[in-house]
Amino acid sequence: MSPADKENDIQILIENNGSEDQIPEGHVLRLFVTGSTPRSLRAITNLKAICEEHLAGRYTLEVVDLYQQPELAKQNNLIAAPTLIKSLPDPIRRVIGDMSDEDQVLLGLDVQPE
Amino acid sequence: MIQAPDLVLPRRTLKKALTGIEGFDEVTSGGLPQGRPSLVCGSAGCGKTLFAMEFLVRGAVEFGEPGVFVAFEETEKDLVENVASLGFDLQDLVDQKLLALDHITVDRSQGEAGEYDLEGLFVRLGFAIDSIGAKRIVLDTLETLFGGLENDAMLRSELQRLFRWLKEKGITAVITAERGDGLLTRQGLEEYVSDCVILLDHRVSDQVSTRRLRIVKYRGSLHGTNEYPFLIDEDGITVMPLTSTSLDHDTLVERVPTGVEELDQMLSGLGLYRGSSVLLSGTSGTGKSSLAAHFAHATCARGERCLYFAFEESPSQIVRNMASIGLDLKKHLDSDHLRIVSARPSHYGLEMHLATMLKEIKRFSPHSVIIDPITTFIAVGSASDSQAMLIRLVDLLKERGITAYFTSLTQGNRELEATEVGMSSLMDTWLFVRAMETDGERNRLLYVLKSRGMAHSNQVREFLITSCGIRLADVYLGPQGVLTGSARMAREEKERSEALACEQQSKKDRILSERRATAIEAQIAALHAELAAEKLELQQSEDERSGVVLEQTASREAMARSRGHLNGPATELP
Repeated sequence: MSPADKENDIQILIENNGSEDQIPEGHVLRLFVTGSTPRSLRAITNLKAICEEHLAGRYTLEVVDLYQQPELAKQNNLIAAPTLIKSLPDPIRRVIGDMSDEDQVLLGLDVQPE
Repeated sequence: MIQAPDLVLPRRTLKKALTGIEGFDEVTSGGLPQGRPSLVCGSAGCGKTLFAMEFLVRGAVEFGEPGVFVAFEETEKDLVENVASLGFDLQDLVDQKLLALDHITVDRSQGEAGEYDLEGLFVRLGFAIDSIGAKRIVLDTLETLFGGLENDAMLRSELQRLFRWLKEKGITAVITAERGDGLLTRQGLEEYVSDCVILLDHRVSDQVSTRRLRIVKYRGSLHGTNEYPFLIDEDGITVMPLTSTSLDHDTLVERVPTGVEELDQMLSGLGLYRGSSVLLSGTSGTGKSSLAAHFAHATCARGERCLYFAFEESPSQIVRNMASIGLDLKKHLDSDHLRIVSARPSHYGLEMHLATMLKEIKRFSPHSVIIDPITTFIAVGSASDSQAMLIRLVDLLKERGITAYFTSLTQGNRELEATEVGMSSLMDTWLFVRAMETDGERNRLLYVLKSRGMAHSNQVREFLITSCGIRLADVYLGPQGVLTGSARMAREEKERSEALACEQQSKKDRILSERRATAIEAQIAALHAELAAEKLELQQSEDERSGVVLEQTASREAMARSRGHLNGPATELP
């Protein structure tokens, strides 16, 4: 039942120089968690770390607590929790788990590890 | 079935939720365990989804319990379309908030980065349940999850948790699963759903498919362990319980005439028992259907209803044919006392036939039922299947006190009475019609092979189909047994002429003897006359003689007196 910290939810898209120019609009990410379980919190922390490392300034992350908005489970066809949905850039990808496997997360984000 | 001990136990039995599926609630004595998950498993195409859907739809419509259908395989649109053919309007139920549909797909391309659980599914189900206040839920087919998620151990523990969660919510759940090799389900779901497990099966033997249902397990409830055939038709699923295995139906003592007077006389003069089953067997063309039609006619004429299942002829054909032997079935059809249902036996399997018959019987509630002929079913199923079906049918009719009349076609070249032993043991009365070829003729014979609970004739009677219906001719015994046809007629003629001759002869004899008597009487009269004459003559001569004696005495006395030496009398003289 812990609403994620609102101020951390949305990251302003920040321009960056370098090799990732092919992603002009940045990543639009939504992480669905169920309450403030250790697993949920771990997922948020892990994902943020990965994004900061690889997509710093070029992503939007929204953390949704399914307990607060249960109707979103059906709308987004969710089964597992936590689930990360990358709606932009195409294609839409999903990653489930506590985001502890960085390689899998990057694969899901279509980000080449450096 | 052992029911007595069960009745003694305190009836604190678990609550059940009626499914509304025809026959199933009877088999389970009340439906599925309420507030608990039940597992419905079976191979592809065996009717799991339909079973589950009917459980929900009937629950919503008939019992006012809203339900959630969670489909892992079909989309919502597909579901709505698929069951529309069965008369279920899902969209309408959804609009009325009696039903919620949810299609769940598992994205196989999704990555798995670390630990997760199925809390998303729980949230989703919980939301769907709460949105309509559902009392029932279906998860069809839950095992699909195993294909989409890699972490088997997590999945198993989560499913376990899911079933526990459903139970805590007090929701009656149906979980469907595919049948696995050597296991009831591919993933061994039966380990988690331990309250009620139902197995559906779809077998094809001899090109005829049969669906069967078996209750593998039903914790805390008495249930039948048999395989119950079921079918899917436009009204959904119908399970055929093997009714009254205990043979405890009431026996009726009332008698009903067969419609053929002479036949009633053979059956101790009163006809059949009401609610009994009669088998009429015979080779083809022996008049089985005609006899059946008499039975129908007699039933309707009493003002009762008769249901006629014809598997060889169409209703109009029967009406036409029976009109030719003087039976007006049309008027009974018009007055709704008679209903003829025609179907080709090969149209569907035995169970389907049984179910259709059952439906018709329920709808029409007849006093008597005719099945003409029962033997065609042997062509549809195996011998044991058709016998099982027959047992169910006979029991069903007995239970309702319906007099049943089965005709059975015997193959001419077989042992006539032996072939149907399996069938005949179910029957109370067995009539046998046989054709006999003699003197270049084919004549029909009828006899009562058995008739339980009544004195019945042991005679073999000739059976005539006339333009005024069926008659049984009187018996004429010849050196070779019963005389039939022209032999009988010749015998009848002979007896008639013999009787005539006999009568004439006796008339002649009477005249002759009368004449003789007259003659004798005449003779007697003559003799009497002679005797009288003789007597007269004798009298006369007697008289004459006594006159002479008197005269002689008188003259002698006179003489003596005159001579004076008459002493005796003279001294006595005064």
